[in-house]
Amino acid sequence: MSAVITASGLSKQYKSARALDDVSFRIAPGRIVGLIGPNGAGKTTALKAILGLTDFTGELNVLGFDPRRQRDKLMGEVCFIADVAVLPRWIKVSQAVDFVANVHPRFDRAKCEAFLARTKLQPGQRVRQMSKGMIVQLHLALVMAIDTRLLILDEPTLGLDILYRKQFYQNLLEDYFDENKTIIVTTHQVEEVEHILTDLMFIRDGRIVLDADMDAVGERFIEVMVNADKADTARQLKPLDERQVFGKSIFLFDGVGRDVLEQLGEIRRPSISDLFVATMKGTYA
Amino acid sequence: MNTPSLKNPALKNMLWLVKREFWEHRGGFFWAPVIAGGIFLLLNLMAIVTAEVIGAQHGIHISDGGDLRQIMSQMDAGDMSKVGMALDLAMYSTTGLLSVVLGFVVFFYCLGALYDDRRDRSILFWKSLPISDASTVLSKVISATVLAPLIAVAAGIAFGMLHLLMLTIVLSFHGVDVWHLLLLAHPLRVTVNLIGYIPLYVLWALPTVGWLMLCSAWARNKPFLWAVALPVATGLLVSWFGIMGLFDLSSGWFWENIVARGLFSAFPGTGSVFGVDHRQMAHQLAANPGLRFMDLADNYQLLGSANLWIGVLAGGGLLAAAIWFRRWRDDS
Repeated sequence: MSAVITASGLSKQYKSARALDDVSFRIAPGRIVGLIGPNGAGKTTALKAILGLTDFTGELNVLGFDPRRQRDKLMGEVCFIADVAVLPRWIKVSQAVDFVANVHPRFDRAKCEAFLARTKLQPGQRVRQMSKGMIVQLHLALVMAIDTRLLILDEPTLGLDILYRKQFYQNLLEDYFDENKTIIVTTHQVEEVEHILTDLMFIRDGRIVLDADMDAVGERFIEVMVNADKADTARQLKPLDERQVFGKSIFLFDGVGRDVLEQLGEIRRPSISDLFVATMKGTYA
Repeated sequence: MNTPSLKNPALKNMLWLVKREFWEHRGGFFWAPVIAGGIFLLLNLMAIVTAEVIGAQHGIHISDGGDLRQIMSQMDAGDMSKVGMALDLAMYSTTGLLSVVLGFVVFFYCLGALYDDRRDRSILFWKSLPISDASTVLSKVISATVLAPLIAVAAGIAFGMLHLLMLTIVLSFHGVDVWHLLLLAHPLRVTVNLIGYIPLYVLWALPTVGWLMLCSAWARNKPFLWAVALPVATGLLVSWFGIMGLFDLSSGWFWENIVARGLFSAFPGTGSVFGVDHRQMAHQLAANPGLRFMDLADNYQLLGSANLWIGVLAGGGLLAAAIWFRRWRDDS
């Protein structure tokens, strides 16, 4: 199948910083891609470029459209949640539903109302009277009722408590995602998305430093718990990272054979957050 | 609100965009004229009551001898038409007050229209919907120049009628026939004049609406300051260095035709002040005193002035720039 997004040589220069530096990637349909990077790495700029919200140099094709020139058509096929609390504070639940229902050709009102019925939101309630968690419930209900091929989430659960965060991703998986849809999500709460992602992209200083699907990540990156006596041997294999736990060393390797590592100690699959920390070492230094 | 289903999607989108503006700005568009009209009516009522009370205390009983009726019966046709005119003026005065309120509402609405949602970042929600930036800006222009004036005029007419009724009822206590008086007034003509003025207002207000919306779409902060300070500072520079002398024009020309025209054209009635040749107007007024200033035929003479059409062109250009900034301003 053809790609949902194809980017090549994407660059964006802000006055003081280079937000995107010759970035190229390709995203296939039916994937859930985590775009993960430290603050200021260029995540939001990349998403803005995809959504046609900012200018850039390079080639970018989103669902067959050029976001710079065909933004209006593109937005019929794409949804995004920028982050919590961008719904206008004056709007009522009923007005938000009415408005989107009438301007978005792919909006399914019954579906939206069914989602809302599972929340405590009342039709007459205004956004300014809601908690952050309720706002994101409303936003998610609106977005999930729109049948689009691409959903972009930029820090969608920032500042929510754990109940709302879990529920958010659960709803997304159970009631929204299917093989025809693609989701791109950026977040700092890596541990919450790591089990739903199919693809992982690390971005640092405007460059993609890792772009792989989760199976490949599991094969490429291996963590080994090594006793002190074998630690030097392990260090010679050039680990990405080393840390100490209970007198043992935990090494993180990139692309070293499983059979080799098994002889050093107990191996396991690294969590994305450990991988992230190891990859981004020295970012803020 | 039930709206008939519209076939044309662009038209339907526009309707809902304008509706959205009304939801958000119900206070300015609806309550401001209603409250102002109510207060105006109340003040009039209080003035009348006070006058009656003072009149009673000091023994000035106009009604006693039926003087007023007597006076009325002695009036000739010309005098009668003046009474009608005075009553029409009662209606116009309500709308006149509301149009000042409208001027302020439109001014500040335009300044915030493309700025407020950037500040609270809700622009990211609006921009997630398949609506072009041109439609968004156009819907705001329509809200400012058509929706707001329509509501203000409707309120003006309603309160004007109440005002008229109030005056006639008070006069009827003094022995004057209510219906006779009401027949002298021309509420229908007043209504038609007021509604008919709106299309002219749209055209005349365009440069101000365009300028304010451009500032609203462009300014990173304090759009009001930019919108006012920029033209005023330019005006000061022009005056100081006498730049207009190069074009054989006075600095006053710049202040009137650029600064004032750009900032105040959203106030209804300014078209009759800046737009028309003053000498000609004074001449007309001298020839035909009365309420000619509200006659549509007279007002629409403005259509023949270059001032109006140059303003329309300038307004269109400013709005195009506002749309461009709305599309590409990247700061949220």
